[in-house]
Amino acid sequence: MADVLTFTDRGIYCPAGDFYIDPWRPVPRALITHAHSDHARWGMDSYLATPSTAAVMRHRLGDINVQTIPYETAQQIGDATVSFHPAGHVPGSAQIRVAVKGQVWVVSGDYKTVDDGLSEPFAPVPCHAFISECTFGLPVFNWTPQDVLQGQINRWWAESAAAGKTAILGAYALGKAQRLLRLLDPDIGPILTHGAVENTNEVLRGIGIALPATTRVDAAMTGKTHPGALVLATPSALGTPWARRFGPSSTAFASGWMALRGVRRRRAADRGFIVSDHADWAGLNAAITATGAEKIFVTHGYTTAFQQWLRDQGHDAHTVSTDYQGEGFDSGEDAA
Amino acid sequence: MKAFAALFAQLDESTKTSVKVAALAEYFRTAPDSDKLWTTALFTGRRPKRVITAAKLRLWAAEVAGLPDWLFEESYSIVGDLAETIALVLPPPCATSDESLTDWIIHLRALGMQDDDARKAGIIAAWDRLPPAERFLFTKLLTGGLRIGVSAKLMTRALAQATGQPEPELTHKLMGNWTPDNVTWASLIEADDPGTDASRPYPFYLAYGLEDLAALGPPADWSAERKWDGIRGQFILRGGSHYLWSRGEDLMTDRFPELMQLCDALPDGTVIDGEVLAFAGDAPLPFAALQKRLGRKTVPRKLLAEAPVILMAYDLLEHDGRDIRRLPFADRRAALAGLVARVSTRAPLRLSPQVTFSTWDDLAAARSQSRDVGAEGLMLKRHDSPYLAGRKKGDWWKWKVDPLTIDAVMIYAQSGSGRRANLFTDYTFAVRDGDGLVPFTKAYSGLTDAEFRQITAWVRKNTLQKFGPVRQVQPVHVFEIAFEGINASPRHKSGVALRFPRMLRWRQDKPVAEANTLDDLREMLRLYG
Repeated sequence: MADVLTFTDRGIYCPAGDFYIDPWRPVPRALITHAHSDHARWGMDSYLATPSTAAVMRHRLGDINVQTIPYETAQQIGDATVSFHPAGHVPGSAQIRVAVKGQVWVVSGDYKTVDDGLSEPFAPVPCHAFISECTFGLPVFNWTPQDVLQGQINRWWAESAAAGKTAILGAYALGKAQRLLRLLDPDIGPILTHGAVENTNEVLRGIGIALPATTRVDAAMTGKTHPGALVLATPSALGTPWARRFGPSSTAFASGWMALRGVRRRRAADRGFIVSDHADWAGLNAAITATGAEKIFVTHGYTTAFQQWLRDQGHDAHTVSTDYQGEGFDSGEDAA
Repeated sequence: MKAFAALFAQLDESTKTSVKVAALAEYFRTAPDSDKLWTTALFTGRRPKRVITAAKLRLWAAEVAGLPDWLFEESYSIVGDLAETIALVLPPPCATSDESLTDWIIHLRALGMQDDDARKAGIIAAWDRLPPAERFLFTKLLTGGLRIGVSAKLMTRALAQATGQPEPELTHKLMGNWTPDNVTWASLIEADDPGTDASRPYPFYLAYGLEDLAALGPPADWSAERKWDGIRGQFILRGGSHYLWSRGEDLMTDRFPELMQLCDALPDGTVIDGEVLAFAGDAPLPFAALQKRLGRKTVPRKLLAEAPVILMAYDLLEHDGRDIRRLPFADRRAALAGLVARVSTRAPLRLSPQVTFSTWDDLAAARSQSRDVGAEGLMLKRHDSPYLAGRKKGDWWKWKVDPLTIDAVMIYAQSGSGRRANLFTDYTFAVRDGDGLVPFTKAYSGLTDAEFRQITAWVRKNTLQKFGPVRQVQPVHVFEIAFEGINASPRHKSGVALRFPRMLRWRQDKPVAEANTLDDLREMLRLYG
């Protein structure tokens, strides 16, 4: 039997429907799992995505030809039937299910299994073959429960404010930033946002996602004009003149990589909060078991080790090479 | 343990000195005495002995976590620290513990007395009632490897804030042979007299590298001597016993038995700051000769004959049982000269000769001869300087010769550990030899974090072959390698071994064809070896 999906140098391809999923080179037809820049790239003749993903893509990629599809709705493309299912990664993120002649393959995109209170929660989709990310596919990655995390962040903010310091928190502009926003306690002080974060906030508010009140940082703002503030910025903005305007500050990064002491120390922030929009070790294993898939393809992350682990567990596991980046730990790029 | 873990987290995560000192001072104000004592001990390198081998810990942790050994090892290679890997892979604890740091250390020492089965059960039970941060510290203590990124200087500053005592006095109190078993917080820190322990050394006075010769003022205010390339040591003779301390506070008395002769030659109540040097006739032997004697607890007779040591005396800190560190250097040196003059020339003691000069140009000329006399540069001391504690600017300066340098090609890269996990920071370098490349040294310091990140990204894309954690890379990048000395070494393929190799700069402007050759390296060996 022919494979439902194949792996090409342009991306994941479905011969039966003649379309690509998250391609990294221009193609006629692209189905997009979510709007992060390593999955939703510029230059496709047409795009198909969930409404929320489409909204962010229009903001980021400009004038593109994009059709939308609601979750859990089947659509026929050639000889393939496709549907989008929540991946829990960021608002609008989807796993894409492709069925051809009774064979079901699912592309996970990026995903996490815990409910972050912002994204549509991950829903397992039974399938024969599952194409999974494994950014954090090692047993050392186990995320802090969200309620504990919320306490840690608000305590750090309150302590910084009490010490007369501006709390500056670095997080990805799409998804991570809004997830953190909804965890913040607005009674502690004003919440200020970096332009890249606030632009995304506006897009998400525009599609009906409720976020706490935020103020875009402008040239006149300092730690003195907004005492006790928390500034939500992209990771690359930390340590720059833009951040220094706030005077005495306490800086923090929010990333899955903060689980590692070495990375925490290298990033040279005052605090590191362990939070990721990718599945941790337990999440990856639970998700894969829930699909019931015999065949597993791992795309990006600790692929070699994770593939071996899956084989040890009796899965028919393979690694495919893609251009997806997962969560970067050295660059401040917004690629997640 | 909670309070200690919180302190550790604050010290570990912040890069700001002020934050670290404040956290420590707060801890020293609030923690119970026994925990303060243990914390001080741990922060000054007085760690409890290793209770268990790393091999057994990995095995047990993998078993409890339900992981195959290979996956545990894979995780360890990414994390770069065994205790951290263990703390991360274990399932969350089922119970909690309010026991203090001291309680856990007592517990840990008791484990050391037990047989393997009991130890295993005890360690697993401990893991099960500690949250990850405390679990990490407990496991670090088990392996005897707890190191904390806080200098003795910062800790002393915090102690001074918390106790109101002057820093130099506290520095002195913290030196010497004490362990938490033979002192109390009160006797160590709160008691007035730091001189109760006969073996206790004075804090070493260290110099910074010279910044501006012109700013020193008139040459007549200064004394100069050679900066000898041995091991800095403090020789103590008190109560009929002698002690030799290294700058890193290692007691090295037994490693240099020759110096016992000085007990009869010098008066009791003498403390000399000097350099332990391998010495033959009237000249020092290369550092390589001394190196053979390091790392040995006892010295075979053959080695004693091949590489006999002397103490090259720099300064006198205690004279007739009196602390004379506040006297001007000129007076201390005169007293030292008087002592050395009374000792037989056959005894292993020399007075470090002064380099005479009347102008700074004279001195620069003398400095340029350093390598010829087996020294690594000059030491400048103001005639009227007291003997201070720690590294201080102003009165003392070291003026080292410029390092030797060579342009080499990077051929292998390996990732670092700890703070450098996930970064390729350890490189192997080669020199050209005909059309080939001959590896001759490794180096892993000297670049900025940004450069290491840049090279890491490059290594990932330009790996030719993997040998376990080592990657063979395209030989295209040239680095300027600086080093302090070069010796013949039959153990190395290149036939040479370098002293203190480090990367001086990344020569992105140089192609491989302009890197140095094996012949260049041999010529350096001929000149400086």
